[in-house]
Amino acid sequence: MALDDRKSEFNFVGTRPDRPDGLDKVTGRAKFGADAYAPGMLHGAILRSPHAHARIIKIDASKAEAHKDVKAVVTRADFSDKPEFKPGLEGEFWNVLENVMAGEKALYDGHAIAAVAATSALAARDALKLIEVEYEVLPHVTDVDKAMAPDAPVIREGAADYSVPAGMHPNVVRYHESGHGEVEAGFAEADLVIEDSFATEATHQGYIEPHACLAMLGNDGKGELWCTTQGHWYAQKYCAAALGIETAQLRVTASEIGGGFGGKTTVFIEPVALALSRKANRPVKLVMSRSEVFRATGPTSSASMDIKIGMKKDGTITGAQGIFRLQGGAFPGAPGDMTAMCGFAPYNLTNVRQVGYDVMANRPKQAAYRAPGAPMGAFAVESVIDELCKKLGLDPIDVRLKNAAHEGTKANYGPTYERIGLVETLEAAKAHPHYAAPLKPGQGRGISCGFWFNHGGETSVSLALSEDGSAQLMVGTPDIGGSRASMALMAAEVLGIPYENIRVTIADTATLGYNDVSHGSRVTYASGLATIKAAKHAVEKLCERAAVKWGIPGDAVKWEDGCAVPSGPNAGDFDPMPLADITADMGATGGPISGHFEATPEGAGVSFGTHIVDAEVDPETGKTSVIRYTVIQDAGKAIHPDYVEGQFQGGAAQGIGWALNEEYVYGEDGRLQNSIFLDYRIPVASDLPMIDTVIVEVPNPGHPFGVRGVGETGIVPPLAAIANAVSNAAGVRMRQLPMSPPRILAALKENG
Amino acid sequence: MDYHSPASFVEASALAANATGITRFLAGGTDVLVQLRSDLVTPDTLIDIKKINGVRDITRNADGSWTLGVAATGAEMSEHPELGRDWPGVVEAMDLIGSTQVQGRATLTGNLCNGSPAADSVPAMVAAGVTVTVTGPDGARELAVEDIPTGPGKTALAKGELISAVNIPARGANGGDAYLRFIPRTEMDIAVVGVGVNLRLDGDKIIEARVSLGAVAPTVLLVEDCAKAIIGTTLDEVALDALATAASAACNPIDDKRGTIEFRTEVAGVLAKRTAKIAYARAKGEHA
Repeated sequence: MALDDRKSEFNFVGTRPDRPDGLDKVTGRAKFGADAYAPGMLHGAILRSPHAHARIIKIDASKAEAHKDVKAVVTRADFSDKPEFKPGLEGEFWNVLENVMAGEKALYDGHAIAAVAATSALAARDALKLIEVEYEVLPHVTDVDKAMAPDAPVIREGAADYSVPAGMHPNVVRYHESGHGEVEAGFAEADLVIEDSFATEATHQGYIEPHACLAMLGNDGKGELWCTTQGHWYAQKYCAAALGIETAQLRVTASEIGGGFGGKTTVFIEPVALALSRKANRPVKLVMSRSEVFRATGPTSSASMDIKIGMKKDGTITGAQGIFRLQGGAFPGAPGDMTAMCGFAPYNLTNVRQVGYDVMANRPKQAAYRAPGAPMGAFAVESVIDELCKKLGLDPIDVRLKNAAHEGTKANYGPTYERIGLVETLEAAKAHPHYAAPLKPGQGRGISCGFWFNHGGETSVSLALSEDGSAQLMVGTPDIGGSRASMALMAAEVLGIPYENIRVTIADTATLGYNDVSHGSRVTYASGLATIKAAKHAVEKLCERAAVKWGIPGDAVKWEDGCAVPSGPNAGDFDPMPLADITADMGATGGPISGHFEATPEGAGVSFGTHIVDAEVDPETGKTSVIRYTVIQDAGKAIHPDYVEGQFQGGAAQGIGWALNEEYVYGEDGRLQNSIFLDYRIPVASDLPMIDTVIVEVPNPGHPFGVRGVGETGIVPPLAAIANAVSNAAGVRMRQLPMSPPRILAALKENG
Repeated sequence: MDYHSPASFVEASALAANATGITRFLAGGTDVLVQLRSDLVTPDTLIDIKKINGVRDITRNADGSWTLGVAATGAEMSEHPELGRDWPGVVEAMDLIGSTQVQGRATLTGNLCNGSPAADSVPAMVAAGVTVTVTGPDGARELAVEDIPTGPGKTALAKGELISAVNIPARGANGGDAYLRFIPRTEMDIAVVGVGVNLRLDGDKIIEARVSLGAVAPTVLLVEDCAKAIIGTTLDEVALDALATAASAACNPIDDKRGTIEFRTEVAGVLAKRTAKIAYARAKGEHA
């Protein structure tokens, strides 16, 4: 047979066809958030607080309202008063609304105060200058440690939930503690104990496409919203709550998305555009500037961390403890719990304890950023492990292998691991030529492991067959990483028809059941699982129709290579019946054939990676060059290897930025100093080496094809791996990110 | 906003002299248009000087000196077959600014008139001894580049005055120039420190030198002490250390989002040494 040389058990999965959205994107035909227009459309603009913390005494919009080009002005009074303030994350509808449009106080530099809709974007911008706001400026705090100090200004009383121990500052709003064993006993067993403190600054996801939307909301409570988002059902739910309308009356369509990385899992401008539209009775388009994106969307948390680890001379970790304090802006939600749980997750530990704090400060409400919380924790933990290896003269990969978690390990955060691939990534790292390559003077090598949970989430998929034998697949998870290609490959695998014959559409909220956001590395896992099950559902019907045609029982037909065939010699002797022969007359044999799946898949396998980095530090300027980078990660099963490798490389690239130069810089006045890409120093292409990748495949038992999500784990090890490489190159331990040239040069000077 | 595209510098000068409110001259627009779009500066009068004859010309004069039109772009300078051989430091400094797209628009004159202490082309021009012709209501005058900036965003140009030509001296024998800047990345960034060096040799010995520092004071600096540190030397280690010390001593920087006082002061010395070595090698005819 022609396929005799095929080594895979799969026909389509694991191949690398062109992405279905490729031509649209390279020709400019793809429609992103700002590419939508409507007849009579107005343009919105948002007035933002220049203060980090201020009471809003008065908003006088009369001059703006009187301007001939202005059709509506909205403030908080134009939104629903139903969402209630509650402690912690219980009141998330209120938290999101309060973030979208300030209530009594401006809580950070850039917080929305009012908005206008006018006949042009320029008119809207200029009309903002006509709105007079009287503020009472309040003391502010932007640093996580200072925000926890007894004398820190209180952002909001009563925001702490039940988890916070008594006596903590009101800015501490959630508390997490977990672990097992006795850490003090563990430290007593150690030959060497190292305790150190670490800090990371907030970084932004840096997606190239600013938030943009087109909103229409009539006085009948029926609305349409087009927006760039990772989750349009989430947008639907939160916008409906903010506007006080029924969820089902708001139809939300996700545009093509120019990057999200977690930052587009919530809403910022969408409820504002809807409120303006309702008031003006016209469609309203709102597009953020880059400066607004930096000031008023969700960067990641900043962190302050204390790590203590004890190790025996043979490399065995005897005890591990971490205190992780995360600042998440003026609202609850900083993932201190995630940081705490992920830091030690790669290791099989007898004695481990971790504490996470969620702390509020006068900064924008943090949003998810790829494996939210995990990279900072890995930075702190893996730095201390590196230092222990150095002091004890041990190989950093051998030590990690010695302590590596595996199937059956009781994880530091509670559960017992099923089949996982950490050891395989470490073994691949050890065997990789990169690990044995010689280093030149001034260069250093760093290793780090990283962990992320991965997620399942509510998922609906619908697959419809056409008369000509082609298939349309409707999924509800916006394609942020090439998922349409992966979905088509998985559907092709089950149906046995060519990849090209399947059109994958991201359905809007009115045409498919509920879907959780494209986050948690869940899309290829959960929408993929749903696609496979929906395709199998269609195959069952195809077999039934063939059985009817052949006049044999339904269970006497099976599906092979795109055809119905008799299940065995006893079923009868019929030629294979191709899919298109069945669909050609499906109208007459029982009606349209479709497959569906609606559920919440629970088997997202956890994912591990190991990174190897070589860095060179200029001792005279403190400038770091990353000269070689290798990502090794368990993908379970790579459906479309190009996009798996792309996720690995993207995680490393963003990690390099976070480690070396990206940071939110706040002035003494609490205002963001670097709200443009010129001064928020994301890596440019020439800053990066070629990032090599190794896909390890330890199948996830929770997915029919073995998929583990790959989108997030790739950003967990880079901060630590780069810090270890830089520290080894510079000869001085770097405990604060970013490791910018001034910081490295100062450390070198201090070290003599 | 009034937009004008005069046919001569005299006309441009008259327009500016008679304008009220905020006036901006528009060449490549890589600063003016960005400031306009980001709502930082909305001029009342915008005078586009690109329609004036000859503003894109790059001319080598009979005496070996060069005259550049005020709208000659970075890309045109880089692609010129001769200019970069005479003045590689000036051309490379200009080429460091922005992206490929920006290079197709940006000009030396615009970089100078924007008044940024971190402008890359300015230290290179100062080191090279470049002058500019200024046309104003009272006629034309010639000013040294180092006399144009008076503070961040401020220039010595009076109301109605604009730069009408850039004059680069003849390279002459045994000379070389270079410009280096420090940025934390590899491109698309603003100088944290910039150093321009131009020197002339007699044999192995430096007989003339000009050293200029950028991004370490409110204006680009021409540092006499740096020149003194290397004139009469063969740029040996002692001379290089003296140069670094003089460069660091001349710094009067600020702490900001782009760098600290300590860092800028230290790296000014480091870069001065590295830049001088390149200029020296070029003066010796070595490719560097």
